[in-house]
Amino acid sequence: MIDLGRRRRRLDTTALVYLALLGVVVVGAVLTAASGRNFFSTGNIIAILTLTSTLGFVAIGQTLVIIVGSLDLSVPYVISLASIVGGGVMAGQTGNVVFGVLAALGACALVGLVSGLIVTKLAVHGFIATLGMGLIISGYLATNYQGNFGSAPRGFQLVGITVFGPVPLSTLIMLGCAALGVVLLTRTRIGHQMYAVGGSREVSRLSGVRADVPVVVAHVLCSVLSGFAGLLLLARTSVGSPTIGSQGGYDLMSIAAVVLGGTLLAGGRGSIVGTIGGVAIFAVLGNVMSVLEVNSFLQDVVRGLVIVVAVAVYARRAIPRRPTRFPVRAVAEEAA
Amino acid sequence: MTSTSATTTAVRRPLPEHHGSRLRRFLGTLLTPGGAVFVLVLALLLAVVASNPGFGEPERLVRFLARSAPIVIIAMGQYFVIVAGEFDLSMGSVIAAQVVMAGNLIGQDDSLILPVMLAMLAVGVLVGVVNGLATTILGVPSFIVTLGTMLALSGLVFYLTGGAATGNPTETFRDIGRGGFEGVPVVEVLPYPLLIMVVLAVFCVWLSGRPYGRTLVATGDNPDAATFSGSRVWLVKTQAFVLSSLSATVAGIILVGQAGVHPSVGRGYEFIAITAVVLGGVVLGGGRGWVLSAAAGAVALDLLFTLLNFNDVPSTWRDTVQGVIIIAAVALAGRAWRWGNRLPRALRRPEADPDSGPAADPVTDPEVDPTPPARQGTNK
Repeated sequence: MIDLGRRRRRLDTTALVYLALLGVVVVGAVLTAASGRNFFSTGNIIAILTLTSTLGFVAIGQTLVIIVGSLDLSVPYVISLASIVGGGVMAGQTGNVVFGVLAALGACALVGLVSGLIVTKLAVHGFIATLGMGLIISGYLATNYQGNFGSAPRGFQLVGITVFGPVPLSTLIMLGCAALGVVLLTRTRIGHQMYAVGGSREVSRLSGVRADVPVVVAHVLCSVLSGFAGLLLLARTSVGSPTIGSQGGYDLMSIAAVVLGGTLLAGGRGSIVGTIGGVAIFAVLGNVMSVLEVNSFLQDVVRGLVIVVAVAVYARRAIPRRPTRFPVRAVAEEAA
Repeated sequence: MTSTSATTTAVRRPLPEHHGSRLRRFLGTLLTPGGAVFVLVLALLLAVVASNPGFGEPERLVRFLARSAPIVIIAMGQYFVIVAGEFDLSMGSVIAAQVVMAGNLIGQDDSLILPVMLAMLAVGVLVGVVNGLATTILGVPSFIVTLGTMLALSGLVFYLTGGAATGNPTETFRDIGRGGFEGVPVVEVLPYPLLIMVVLAVFCVWLSGRPYGRTLVATGDNPDAATFSGSRVWLVKTQAFVLSSLSATVAGIILVGQAGVHPSVGRGYEFIAITAVVLGGVVLGGGRGWVLSAAAGAVALDLLFTLLNFNDVPSTWRDTVQGVIIIAAVALAGRAWRWGNRLPRALRRPEADPDSGPAADPVTDPEVDPTPPARQGTNK
C-alpha cells in the first residue's frame, strides 16, 4: 500500500492530458506561425473553443456512461433527434423556444431512460443496447424526415453565435455542465456509486448499492447532454437536420476523447476534467490542421494515429498510477 | 467448484453437455442462443418463402446465399475476435481499402490479378498484426485501436481516391464476385462466392476444433487463467485479428464483383458483422460461441432484410428492425445460455454431490446452476 502511495506522486493521467494539450498547443502555435498566421488571435481562439463545445457536451455524458462501465453509441442519433424535435416544436416562433428545448431534452431523456433500463433490467451489454437504440432512432428519423425540418427562431440562434470576448456562450454552457458533472461525480452519493458500480457491479451490489440506479442515471444524463449538443447544432444551423449527428461521428469521437482523457474504458476510473482536456486536444488538432489546409481525409488519418498513440502511452502506465478516488495515504493514516 | 480437490476418489459432477439422451442434448442445444439461431434461420426462410414462393427455388436460394457471402465471411472473421474478448471496428475500412486497391492496381491486365491479390492479403495481414499487437503488447483497448485503424485507413482511402469511384478492374477479377460454375444440376449456376464461403466455413470449423481455436475461446473467457496455463495470449489474440482482417480482405475481393469499386463500399459492415455475431449467440466479452452460429446469424440478418423487402416495408426501417433484433437477441441470450445446457433437476442440487464442499450454499441458494453464468455483465 505504501508503494502505491509513493507511485501516485508521479504524474497522474489528468496532468498528463493537460501536458499533452500544452504540447499540442505549442506545436500548433509554431506551425500556425510558420504559415504566417497568429494562433492566438481572437478569431482563432473562438474557432477552437467553438469546436470544443459540441463534442464537449457529448464527451461529458460519455464519461459518465463509461465510468459506470457501459458505453453510448446512440449519441449521434440522439443529437439528430434533439435537433429535429427542437426545430419542429420551435418552428421559427420565439415564443416556442422554451417548449422546444424542453421537448427535445425530454425526448432525449426518454431515450436514455430506455437505454439504461435495457442495460440494467435486461442485462444487455451497453455496447449492444445503445447500438440497437441508435439504429432504432436512425430508422425512425430516416423514415419520417427526408430533409431539413423545422427552424430555430432568431433569439435561439443567438445561443450559437454570442461571444464574450474570446469565449463563445456555448463553450461557457458546456464548461458549466462539466463543472456540474465534476460536482456530481465527486460530491454526491450517486456520483460515488457510479464509480463503485463501474469498478465492480457485483461488489457494489453486495455492499448495498442499488447497482441499477447509477447506470440508468448515467445513461439519462448522457442522452440529455447529447440533446444539448443537438440543440446547439440547431442554433448554429438554424434548421433541424435528421443526419447532423451521424455526419459528425460523435459516437466514436466522444469515446476517443474520453479515453484520451484518461478514463478507463472498462469503467470505474476517470474524470470529466481529463475528458475536457481530451476534447480540447482534438479541437486544437482540428483547428491547426484546417489552418494548415490539410486535406480533410488526411485529418482523419492523423486523428486515428493520435488516438492510438496517446492511449498506448497511458496504457503502459499500470492501473495503480491512475488517480485513485480515495487517497491511499489518508485511508492508511485513518486506519493507524 | 468442480470437486476433485478434497479426495482423489471424488466423483466428477456430470457436465450438462454430456448428460441425457442424444435427442435431449440436441434439443438442449437448440435452446442455447448458438443453436436457436439455426431455428431462427429456418423460421425466417419459411416466412420469406410464404410471402414470395419463388424464393424457395434452389437457384434463387443459391443466388441469395452468394449475395450474403461477404457478410457471412466477415461475421466468421469477427467471431474469432469477439470470442477472444475483443472488437474489430476496422473491418469496413479494410474492405474499402482492399476494394480500392484491387480497382486501381489490377486495371485491365489479367496477369496482375494474382500478384495484386497477394498484396491485398499482405495488407490484410499487416492491418491485423497492427491491431493485434497494439491491443496485446501496448495494452490499448481493442475498441480504441481498431477505431484508430478505422479512421486512419478510411481517411487514407478517401484521400487517395478523392472520395469518388475510381478504377475498374478486369472482368476476370470481377467474376470472382459475380460468376460461377455453369451447368450444375439443380441450381444451374454455382456461384463462386458461395463456394468461397463454404470453403472458409469448413476451414473455420476445423480451426475452432484445433488447439488454436480452443485456446482462443479460453483466452476470451479468462485471459489470466489462459496465461497461467501457458498459452501465449498475445499471439493467439493477434492471430485472431489477422483472421478478422483477412476475412475482410476476402469479402472485399467478392464485393469488387458485387458492388463495384467505390471508397464507401464496406461502410458500416463492422457493425453489421458484430450484430450478426451477437445474433448467433456469441457472447460479447468472449469465451462463448460457435463460428457457424455466427455465420447463421449473418444469414438470419440478411433473410430478415429480404423479408422486409418482400413485404414492402420501406428500406429506411431496416435500421430500426436491426436495432430491435440485436437488443432482443442479446437480452434473450443472457438467459438462454442457462436454459439450454442444464442438468436435470435431480442432478442440479449441490447437496446431491457429497463433496462439493461449502462453496455453494444449498440453503440460501437453492437454484445454484452448475453452468458458469453467461458473462453478460456491463463490465467489459
